[in-house]
Amino acid sequence: MAFFRDTATIFSREFAPVWRDPLSLAFSMAQPLLFLYLFGPLLAEGTATPGPAWQWFVPGILIMMCLSGPLMSGYFLLIDLIGGSMERLLVTPVSRTALLIGRTLKEFVVLLAQAVLIIGLAIPLGLELHAPGVLTGLTLLVVFGIGLGALSFVLAMISAPGGELFYGITQIVMFPLLLLSGVLLPIENGPGWLQTAASINPVTYIVEAERALFTGGFMETPVLYGALAALVTAALGLYLGRRRMAQGL
Amino acid sequence: MIHARGLTKTYKLKKTTVDAVRGVDLDVEPGQLVAFLGPNGAGKSTCLRMLTGLLPPTSGTARVAGHDITTEQTAVRSRIGYIGQKNGAGETFRIGDELVTQGRCHGMPRREAKARAEELLTVVGLDGLFARKPSTLSGGQRRRLDIALGLMNRPPLLFLDEPSTGLDPASRADIWSHILQLRADHGMTLFLTTHYLDEADAMAERVIVIDQGRIIADGTARQLKSDLAGDRLTVTLHDAADIPRAAELAGGLPGAADITSDGPRLTLRVAAADRALPEYVRVLDAAGLKLDTAESSRPTLDDVFLALTGRTIREEDA
Repeated sequence: MAFFRDTATIFSREFAPVWRDPLSLAFSMAQPLLFLYLFGPLLAEGTATPGPAWQWFVPGILIMMCLSGPLMSGYFLLIDLIGGSMERLLVTPVSRTALLIGRTLKEFVVLLAQAVLIIGLAIPLGLELHAPGVLTGLTLLVVFGIGLGALSFVLAMISAPGGELFYGITQIVMFPLLLLSGVLLPIENGPGWLQTAASINPVTYIVEAERALFTGGFMETPVLYGALAALVTAALGLYLGRRRMAQGL
Repeated sequence: MIHARGLTKTYKLKKTTVDAVRGVDLDVEPGQLVAFLGPNGAGKSTCLRMLTGLLPPTSGTARVAGHDITTEQTAVRSRIGYIGQKNGAGETFRIGDELVTQGRCHGMPRREAKARAEELLTVVGLDGLFARKPSTLSGGQRRRLDIALGLMNRPPLLFLDEPSTGLDPASRADIWSHILQLRADHGMTLFLTTHYLDEADAMAERVIVIDQGRIIADGTARQLKSDLAGDRLTVTLHDAADIPRAAELAGGLPGAADITSDGPRLTLRVAAADRALPEYVRVLDAAGLKLDTAESSRPTLDDVFLALTGRTIREEDA
């Protein structure tokens, strides 16, 4: 019971600034919105994508949001670590796992809200809504986001007090993960070495699973691989995060 | 309130091993105000971080507020307050929300936490600032907010890590008046680290000196100064040629030690300057040596540190 209360306490702390300033949420969505309105129509008009363009592209935007949101969420933890407020919270009886889960849940809610908004905005553009697939896709996205968020927190804790490591690694990792997953253009059209690199990128499997789900496919191999990649990422992130918290700061 | 035995912390930095704290034994009784004094890197903050559960010790044991720091961490943390070196309140949050969160983390119902937050904001002179962000406060106000955060759970034991570092003299005095008032009102035990000698000297009733990870002295500031440093006498002779004779006569004073000279000035350490100075003046006069000036000074805690280590805390911090 205390764990749930602690998690709720940390979640409300983290979510309060977003709740009080929802405009910040809109600003953080500027990039995906630009892709949706300025890049999406280019794909929709051409024949570059395998399958219906919006069913193919919207999942890519969602993954892009997932990488730029939860993966960068450690930045706020880093600020708390450098500033001293995390240290203050660690000297209270609050559960250390709740400290991690509460923060991750905030990323989950923000990501979910942004994803629902993007899907809502994409429907008038031509996205067909396969409700069960979309809901499963959102679940997969959230599981993956929780894992990425937790990994980002671990990186922030390792990088404190300087933070250089965090900025360096996130910048080095984020763009290759993004570009090599084929979120913007089909990897199938790329050279062989690029396809090989994409095949060892876990994000590729999540993207493919999302695309299968958004076109209404369930019992397909990409969905299985994507779910596996998301679950492994979440389990690894939460395990490492919990372990790092226990080691102290 | 605090009982530590053989508390040790060893870090591995690349290929070298750093012994930050080496077998610290410590006993602090309820109600004491203890200053943990030492230069930067002496191990005082590491020690405090182990006692508050922020760092696991490499070896050794400690009981804080009646509970073991390694096996009963949650119980320890529920009975202590902690004011760290850095700002306790997050930049993006409202002051009142941070206080309420602190209370909630200690298991208070929201309504009780809010009432306690408002009460404490008044106590530390920040009333009316519930909805403001910490970034809008001055350095002194932020430190007072940290005190409020540390007191949310009404702890019987409060740890303060360099509570006045970086503040101007007026803000330091202000913070100290708040700390001492709170102690007078609630009788809590205070354990603080500092490298400000004047603060430890004036405020703490017990001073524990730590250097290179080991406790090297423990007592009241007055005890440490009289036992380890002694009072200092300085005389200036009218004729520098009389220094050897004056030094010889100084050797006969009770507890005389460390007799040094620089030109016509002669300095020595004595057990009690209030008795030794008039006696020395009489002896010099009887020997026909003419004096220009004579003065005595009480030792500082820096003199104590010098007597213990051969270095001053200021040199270490430089």
